[in-house]
Amino acid sequence: MAATDQDVRPVTIPDAPLTRPQLPSWAPVLVAVVALAVAALPVVLLGWSLVAMVVLTVVIFVVALPVWSSSVEGPRKAKDRLASALVWSAFGLAMIPLVTLMWQVISNGVPVLSAEFFTYSMRNIVGEGGGIYHAIIGTVIVTAWAAIISVPIGVMAGVYLIEYGAGSRIARVVTFLVDVMTGIPSIVAGLFAYALFVLFFGPGVRMGIGGAVALSVLMIPIVVRSTEEMLKLVPDELREASYALGVPKWRTITKVVLPTAMAGIVTGVTLAVARVAGETAPLLIIAGDTDSVNFNAFAERMATLPVFIYYSYMQPGIPPEFGQERAWGAALVLIAIVMALNILARFISRRFTPKTGR
Amino acid sequence: MAKSIDVSDLDIYYGDFKAVEGVNMTIRAKSVTAFIGPSGCGKSTFLRSLNRMHEVIPGARVEGKVVVEGQDLYADHVDPVEVRRQIGMVFQRPNPFPTMSIYENVLAGNRLNARKMKKSEADDIVERSLKGANLWTEVKDRLGRPGMGLSGGQQQRLCIARAIAVQPQVLLMDEPCSALDPISTSAIEDLIHELKSEYTIVIVTHNMQQAARVSDETGFFNLKAAGQPGHLVEFNSTQKMFANPDNDSTEAYISGRFG
Repeated sequence: MAATDQDVRPVTIPDAPLTRPQLPSWAPVLVAVVALAVAALPVVLLGWSLVAMVVLTVVIFVVALPVWSSSVEGPRKAKDRLASALVWSAFGLAMIPLVTLMWQVISNGVPVLSAEFFTYSMRNIVGEGGGIYHAIIGTVIVTAWAAIISVPIGVMAGVYLIEYGAGSRIARVVTFLVDVMTGIPSIVAGLFAYALFVLFFGPGVRMGIGGAVALSVLMIPIVVRSTEEMLKLVPDELREASYALGVPKWRTITKVVLPTAMAGIVTGVTLAVARVAGETAPLLIIAGDTDSVNFNAFAERMATLPVFIYYSYMQPGIPPEFGQERAWGAALVLIAIVMALNILARFISRRFTPKTGR
Repeated sequence: MAKSIDVSDLDIYYGDFKAVEGVNMTIRAKSVTAFIGPSGCGKSTFLRSLNRMHEVIPGARVEGKVVVEGQDLYADHVDPVEVRRQIGMVFQRPNPFPTMSIYENVLAGNRLNARKMKKSEADDIVERSLKGANLWTEVKDRLGRPGMGLSGGQQQRLCIARAIAVQPQVLLMDEPCSALDPISTSAIEDLIHELKSEYTIVIVTHNMQQAARVSDETGFFNLKAAGQPGHLVEFNSTQKMFANPDNDSTEAYISGRFG
């Protein structure tokens, strides 16, 4: 018996060692330095540009490290090194636009920021001085009205689609139309709002609420989609638990389903606000531009940050550098507002998420 | 306050599919009635039809009568919401409301129905319900903590407390122990024994020892064949069911010879 047992077993188990030769931990750094040195040669000798040097460095690194690795560590490690190098390069490539954009805006915008810049409008200002107070007020008022219009509509539409219409033909049609609406170009939304207001107020109408209507056309589909997704995540068991207690459907939705999904819905709304706060085209058409502060969304033109940036840069006045400076400053403020809204969304989602207490 | 239930010629459909066929039985008040049977034989569907919970699924409908103390649940003008207020339900998986504390979970049935009550009255309901569900001593010092923070067995007892807080006449339980460990299961079985003195309890279980331990009467559901509707094979006192059943297939199922 013992003899046959041994016959059946494969006799040629390769003597696989658990240790393998490995490149030292500083190998990637060494290869990077060498690649940089090699890439610097054509810059010095042939006068290539710095961009070409960086590209050449990356190419040499991506080729050289895996080749070295495969000769020492074997093919599996070499593939791992190649994949890591490619992933890191892709990451670096993706960071370039973000970092340069931030650098450009911050370096151009920070010198402009001052107390005057935040507290003065552009009324009676020619050349130096003035500020974006009127544009900040306008952006806040227009986006606030856009949120007031689109949040109830969007959340209720989402509730209908998930809680009432689920699976019905009309719900499928509405979902499809919402998807189509997500892709509406913002200029079309602006023209729609303009056409709508011309019906009531005649041609040439300009008012802040019109901008809010245009923005809510862009915002509603985002709110509907995020509400839908969040309501889908609420387990049916909770609805059943509520029904089994004799709670009517509408109370189940308002007291159980919506509170459970609240974190996600509020986050979605905040991100939608951040998304439309930077819209330019529709506001250019219907809200217009002005140099004065206007607190009334229902009368007269209203300046907003994106439109202010556009006009300050395109028609900076004479001499042009003051207008362009203000455009950079306003751009920085707009980015800061959008970023603040994003941070707020994260904070809200953490605050509202149901706690497990564990 | 416990009530009996008379079911006659009940057929249950999901759309065109007939899920359960021709059920006749009388569920006695202040007793525990257990339903056993293989998966997919319609016992949970039947249980849910007793408080019209199956209507939550679109296309579900019922033919026949379910009479609770002279009132047919499926007569015209019967509001399913009112039915569910009187016939409570506990589900297979514990499902406390994640946004609410232990205290609020127990009061959910009252609060969600917008019943106004004084703080002292609310405290009384919470204490009585949690004591009724054998959970009071474990959670009395942390009523403000989230209900989701309890263990699985405690969550299930919290759900039972929530169900009895609205003082239903009947308590339906759909495999209440199948997600729990043996110790939590035994805690809930003890609880069922205690609740029997006040409530009519109907329980679906896959565990035949559990049916034998807790119930007074047992119904055995089975399928004639795959794709056929489920039906009630035998309904008898639990003692007779497990000692000397009338039907051969019941005996085969209970003794483990089921094919």
